[in-house]
Amino acid sequence: MINLLSVWVVPFLIFSALVFAYLRGVKVFDTFVEGAKEGFDMSVRLIPFLVGMMVAIGLFRESGAMDLAEIILAPFLSVLGIPVEVLPLAIMRPVSGSSALAITTEMMNTHGPDSLLGRMAATMQGSTDTTIFVLTVYFGAVGIRKTRHALAVGLTADLVGIIAAVFICNMVFG
Amino acid sequence: MINLLWVGMIAAAILVAGATGRVELVTQSIFTSAEKAVGIALNLISIMAFWLGIMKIIEKSGFIHLVIFFLKPVAYWLFPGIPHDHTAMNAMLMNMSANLLGMGNAATPFGIKAMEELQKLNDRPDTATDNMCTFLAVNTASLTLIPTTVIAIRSATGSLNPTDIIGTTIVATFCSTAAAITADRFFRYWNNRKSRGRC
Repeated sequence: MINLLSVWVVPFLIFSALVFAYLRGVKVFDTFVEGAKEGFDMSVRLIPFLVGMMVAIGLFRESGAMDLAEIILAPFLSVLGIPVEVLPLAIMRPVSGSSALAITTEMMNTHGPDSLLGRMAATMQGSTDTTIFVLTVYFGAVGIRKTRHALAVGLTADLVGIIAAVFICNMVFG
Repeated sequence: MINLLWVGMIAAAILVAGATGRVELVTQSIFTSAEKAVGIALNLISIMAFWLGIMKIIEKSGFIHLVIFFLKPVAYWLFPGIPHDHTAMNAMLMNMSANLLGMGNAATPFGIKAMEELQKLNDRPDTATDNMCTFLAVNTASLTLIPTTVIAIRSATGSLNPTDIIGTTIVATFCSTAAAITADRFFRYWNNRKSRGRC
């Protein structure tokens, strides 16, 4: 069921969005090209983040530091069933969107996008957001300094999202 | 946080490599990783260009209003005390729908607009209201139907079926959103028991 959903969502969205837009009289192709240019800029803007993060994680893994961290942290993480490899992503996800994306990319590149770890990273990346960035931008925009329980709620959501991603991926792809 | 993590990873790696007598690996590893990073970013251009093209069409065609129609009952329940035809409600609906469709870039301006409108309903301008907290709870939980960027990266790194994580992402994002709303409702209830009536 979950897999069937995955296969159909994108074709369905593209089909309905294009037909709807055409019937509404939108110049679909011109609009497409306009948006596609933004896609180019976005990919190029990601390069510095990717270089910084992939170098750091690559070093961390190849030097053996990752193995060391695994030995130290394994007892805590195994309780929740979280593989140690996803730890950098889990820490970075609420803090910096581009850096988290870079970590996700690094994991897919190293373990393969269709591996369990690759899919886990993808699911985590997609199901959580950069809580601290969102709060900073939105509260900052209207000058609110006392944010009350917003941060606690946002971080709770991230934690639940990460654990849920691990659990569901183990179930569906494991 | 990001600075500490970055320095920590690199410093720890160099120390461990040095201690195990494999320092020469450090320079080598930096070059290969950096090269890979640029390669992936170049691959990413193809699918990102396509997706953002489609997103632009969705944005221009008013397709988003179809989503808003289904979201309305949920939004009315989430944000009590805000008139249904208020600009704040409208901006929040646009923001949530854009997020749902994976249009992160388009969602932010609506979100900021919503915050400005909510601020007009706020009698203590330096303190967040209940509805602001709820709005940000929904936003940080990132309820998405199609994680476009992740799909793009999967295809850039050579996945055989880049979209097969949509199902698991929807389930996980549903869990995190449910957790966010539950936690938010808990705080709302807790605070209102102490001080009556703020929205």
